[in-house]
Amino acid sequence: MITDILTALLVVAVIGIVCGIVLALASHFFAVEEDETVKKIREALPGANCGACGYAGCDSYAEAVAAGKAEPSLCIPGAAATASAIAEILGVEVSAAAPKVAFVGCNGTCEATSNKAVYEGVDSCAAAKMIYGGPSACIYGCIGCGDCADACPSDAICIVDGLAHVDPRNCMGCGKCARVCPNGVIKMVNKNAKTAVMCNNTEKGAAARKNCKNACIGCKKCQLNCPEGAITVVNNLAVIDYDKCTNCGTCADVCPTKCLKNVNFETVG
Amino acid sequence: MDTFKTLVVILMSSVLVNNYVLARFLGICPFLGVSKKLNQAVGMGIAVIFVMLMATAVTWPIQIFVLNKLGLEYTQTIVFILVIAALVQFTEIVLKKFIPSLHKSLGVYLPLITTNCAVLGVTINNMIDGYNFTQSMVSSLGCGLGFLLAMVLFSGVRSVIDERLVPGPFKGLPVTLIAASFVSLAFFGFAGIVDNLFA
Repeated sequence: MITDILTALLVVAVIGIVCGIVLALASHFFAVEEDETVKKIREALPGANCGACGYAGCDSYAEAVAAGKAEPSLCIPGAAATASAIAEILGVEVSAAAPKVAFVGCNGTCEATSNKAVYEGVDSCAAAKMIYGGPSACIYGCIGCGDCADACPSDAICIVDGLAHVDPRNCMGCGKCARVCPNGVIKMVNKNAKTAVMCNNTEKGAAARKNCKNACIGCKKCQLNCPEGAITVVNNLAVIDYDKCTNCGTCADVCPTKCLKNVNFETVG
Repeated sequence: MDTFKTLVVILMSSVLVNNYVLARFLGICPFLGVSKKLNQAVGMGIAVIFVMLMATAVTWPIQIFVLNKLGLEYTQTIVFILVIAALVQFTEIVLKKFIPSLHKSLGVYLPLITTNCAVLGVTINNMIDGYNFTQSMVSSLGCGLGFLLAMVLFSGVRSVIDERLVPGPFKGLPVTLIAASFVSLAFFGFAGIVDNLFA
């Protein structure tokens, strides 16, 4: 009786040990060298998995960089520090990605614009947008249900006065909010930008003004007064070419509706 | 000639009549999990054929020359699980080293079938049916092919389901299971064919 149990125990143990030894030997002799660079690059990345680089996460971006399929400078939250760290690992020169910040291009506060309807559906901009372009009189502006705030991985967005606000101190520039905004109100701008257009309305001046007191009416004053020719009015909406803009602030002074605004993303929120 | 006939009968019966997924209901997990896309279904099917053949080649001698000789038939299940798991791991390591391309295409599926009940079922059923080594290998090949056939057929069915409007309560897994039962019913039509194959 006891020998039966012992034999069974012994046989199973021997088979198990043989399997174990074979596996241990196999993993020793057939080991495939893991790519050291991938590991190092992965450690240099911030690990936020925000996807701003265009890859699924930091892991896949690290693999792409190591394989030479991606530029080392695509990490926006990591900015210059990460880019130079990766460059050092790879032994190449890179120019760092300009730090970006999300910016809500709308100034349609509750006071400035009105609602054409009361929306009582799902609390989501994407859903509200489906019903006649949203409850607000202006169908181009911020809807204010906070899809961007939900998408933000770093809690940088809050909704105040029916309008999304980005805190540049918390924003790491991943652009997730800009991708979920159904109206495309949120734009990614360089962090050193000092002027911004606070409107997204492409209607003609009178119509835009009727819907929102703070709208860009397309009067072209900014375009005419800009010393660098950095502003053009396209579709009744001022557009700043940040490559030319010298942050002089002239446009903000002449704008009659104050939709061109002096901003500072680098110091205050 | 008789040996050849027996082998053909074993092959056909394990592909069609005793199809592991659709008639014996083994390996349902990968059948439902990996049948969404045709290329994945084919990859999984090929991996299963491969593992079934390997597992049979290893477990048959263990059963005949070790367990039966020592009167330890009752440890069959646990020994087979142990051996098959180790074998699949070993295969993965070797493939990764020597055939990286094959490892890349099979790699995701190999751990999934490490202790798949279809693989275990094949090896144990071979012993129950009292097959010799050649017959066991042919039967494993047939079971693997049957699994591949079921996966391919069902991935086609699922792609059609995906394009249809399914009533809310049946969306997702429920309608998939209903569809699987129909496919399974269809396979019952093969019962009795093989016995009369050479009649």
